[in-house]
Amino acid sequence: MKNFLAEFKTSLLLTLVLVVLLCGAYPLAVWAGAQVLFPAKANGSLLVDANGTVRGSALLAQNFSSDKYFQPRPSAAGTGFDATSSGGTNLGPTSAKLANGSHAKDASGKDVNDPGNFDGIKDLVAAYRASNGLTDNVPVPADAVTRSGSGLDPHISLANAQLQAPRVARARGLALAQIQPLIAQSTAGPDLGILGEPGVNVLLLNTALDRIPSGK
Amino acid sequence: MNSLNSWTQLALYIGALLLITKPLGLYLVQVLDAQGQTWLDRLVKPIERATYRVCGIDPEREQGWQGYTVSMLLFSLAGMLLTYFILRYQDFLPFQSLFNPQKLPGVNPHLAFNTAASFTTNTNWQFYGGESTLSYFSQMVGLTLHNFTSAATGIAIAAALVRGIARHTAQTIGNFWVDVVRVTYYVLVPICLVLALVLVSQGMIQNFKPYTVAKTLESYTTSVQKTDDAGKPVATADGKPVMVDQVVDTQTIVQGPMASQIPIKMLGTNGGGYVNANAAHPFENPTPLSNFLQMLAIFAIPSALTWYLGRTVKNQRHGWAVWGAMFILFLTGVFVAWQSEAAGNPIHQKLGVAAADGNMEGKEVRFGIFSSALFATITTDASCGAVNAMHDSFTPLGGLVPMFNMQTGEVIFGGVGAGLYGMLVFVVLAVFIAGLMVGRTPEYLGKKIEAYDVKLVMIVLMVLSTTILSFTAWAAVADWGKAGLNNSGPHGFSEILYAFSSCVGNNGSAFAGLSGNEIHWDTTTALSMLFGRFLMIVPILALAGNLAGKKLIPASAGTFQCEGFTFMALLIGTVLLVGALTFLPALAMGPVVEHYLMHAGTLF
Repeated sequence: MKNFLAEFKTSLLLTLVLVVLLCGAYPLAVWAGAQVLFPAKANGSLLVDANGTVRGSALLAQNFSSDKYFQPRPSAAGTGFDATSSGGTNLGPTSAKLANGSHAKDASGKDVNDPGNFDGIKDLVAAYRASNGLTDNVPVPADAVTRSGSGLDPHISLANAQLQAPRVARARGLALAQIQPLIAQSTAGPDLGILGEPGVNVLLLNTALDRIPSGK
Repeated sequence: MNSLNSWTQLALYIGALLLITKPLGLYLVQVLDAQGQTWLDRLVKPIERATYRVCGIDPEREQGWQGYTVSMLLFSLAGMLLTYFILRYQDFLPFQSLFNPQKLPGVNPHLAFNTAASFTTNTNWQFYGGESTLSYFSQMVGLTLHNFTSAATGIAIAAALVRGIARHTAQTIGNFWVDVVRVTYYVLVPICLVLALVLVSQGMIQNFKPYTVAKTLESYTTSVQKTDDAGKPVATADGKPVMVDQVVDTQTIVQGPMASQIPIKMLGTNGGGYVNANAAHPFENPTPLSNFLQMLAIFAIPSALTWYLGRTVKNQRHGWAVWGAMFILFLTGVFVAWQSEAAGNPIHQKLGVAAADGNMEGKEVRFGIFSSALFATITTDASCGAVNAMHDSFTPLGGLVPMFNMQTGEVIFGGVGAGLYGMLVFVVLAVFIAGLMVGRTPEYLGKKIEAYDVKLVMIVLMVLSTTILSFTAWAAVADWGKAGLNNSGPHGFSEILYAFSSCVGNNGSAFAGLSGNEIHWDTTTALSMLFGRFLMIVPILALAGNLAGKKLIPASAGTFQCEGFTFMALLIGTVLLVGALTFLPALAMGPVVEHYLMHAGTLF
């Protein structure tokens, strides 16, 4: 019994010592190193405009819906693009909601604001084709009509960016050739030429677009 | 995208893993010897000695298996209670403005119990949403502590079992306190410090600021539930929420001490994320390079421990044979998951989704199909449970791989320490079966395997299957079970089966549509985690003690060789037969039937 009590005391003391070292000294050491070496990244890769206002993080997707902006992937984070509530749909491959989910309509066919409203892949495909002027036989890039795991995926695929480019050019009165270099600039990966897949960062691309004067 | 690129990534991963196995294994040999010398001694030895002095640990004294077990249980209990109370009272602790700037309230009892059990058992199952539930203090102390200690405990127990195998006519299997302290100080902390800074360089955050509110480039309208003046959600008479349009022109960006938590989450095969989306979140896994390093960190210690095994039992080929068996099982999983995800979902392809893109639902563009499938296989082979894509949205066979990996008992590299001691249980069983086949008394590395040893092994294996299958069966027929589901049809059943496989296997990944934070779910999964951890460790330590006490029998011509291809095949066969036969009926009702229904175009 005496031995048992001694062991119990050791377990409590060691827990305390480890709390101090692992939960105190260690994160502070990482914090100090991170703030000295990579301050911008350690604080969220924030994008700040000329007025000093934070406009977002280079790593997190924002919602864009108008034609003059490239549009990110649909988002399941909170009510959409909620960076405090990251997550995916978690709907499975045989989910009817994921494939055919839709919005409730009233008698006149107008959308009703209903909690069951959901953009199924069928509707997302139709909307993507309509807004980008694609015919019904053009396959839609998978990333454009699926929700990412985080709901904050900052990237779209190269194919997706190319299909949206003519629409953006038209809406802004720009030539396609003026947009292409911006797409190239905003493309990241694959890392080391091998790892992962290339992607176009939508927020960086749209920020760059806003900087060039409109042709209209 | 192109498959040559994916093959190169796979080769790179395997190459890197092979490259670190021996050096890290050798280092573990030095660390797990109480008298061992390492190149960090000059820096760390004084801290190690001071710790022993403060805690009253005698580093010279070794323990028998009972003493080792009692120390381990007491240490786990102390940590679990600490976390439980921190979570319950996170809003009453001092320094609220620094440690809880979001003013998050205390966590309810069953969720706190679930989370405390989850982190104590190295599972890191998340029924909580990190960024919306836990204060910085809860993350830093309540959770990060266990990321280190549960990992160190796992490695300590593996070392104790290996010592039991290596020693003969011995009474002791090491000192638990010394093992935990040395593993933490010499292995976990130094690697994490370096990895944390590398991850910050990729974009991971590490600060103590409140969340940042950004003004978005474009404002938009979204639909939210209406709330009354008191902030309570408004519902119609029949209980349906009332929805209103709301203009959104800001985005609240999560901040906090993330980079200190993530390296140990991977290296210690913990897997509990800082944010809800775990390693899919761009802060937790900013680039494909950070993704690669995190995957490598998951397998690093489990792989090196097989080398430690070989060296300690003075039979390096045995260590590599165990590695080889794990590797073949791992590779098989990667191929199945990769091909299923690349083939995509025929239902969605009929709706117009490009077939060449594969199944991108729940996946990030920067990782793509291959890195997501590889990550899913690695994280469930090892009992890590971090996810960089949502397993719930995988194709049926792509989701079967993670589930099956966990049902093997997490022995394909496995959790840190847990993978090795789990696999050694299968090794003993394989040797026993080989002995039966040739009609000789089975021997494992010069030790007779007798009825008592096999009984202990069977207890371990039966805890695994009985706990998973009984809780799954209960949840599948109970109202509380079905209430938590996000999907219907066979996929709903898969969500339940996945949850209990993950908890008993101490993995922690989920078919995350399942919603917990409800008393039945919280309690059953918490019990699964505790059973899956401690009802396995105790018989395994008893086995270690029993093996240590045995006499050594000199090898003869008839001795079974625990190396080479015959042994590997026998070991893989044992893992598959025990795993597959037990879980085949359940898997048939979930992912297998869903696979055929998906191809038939059936929706639920």
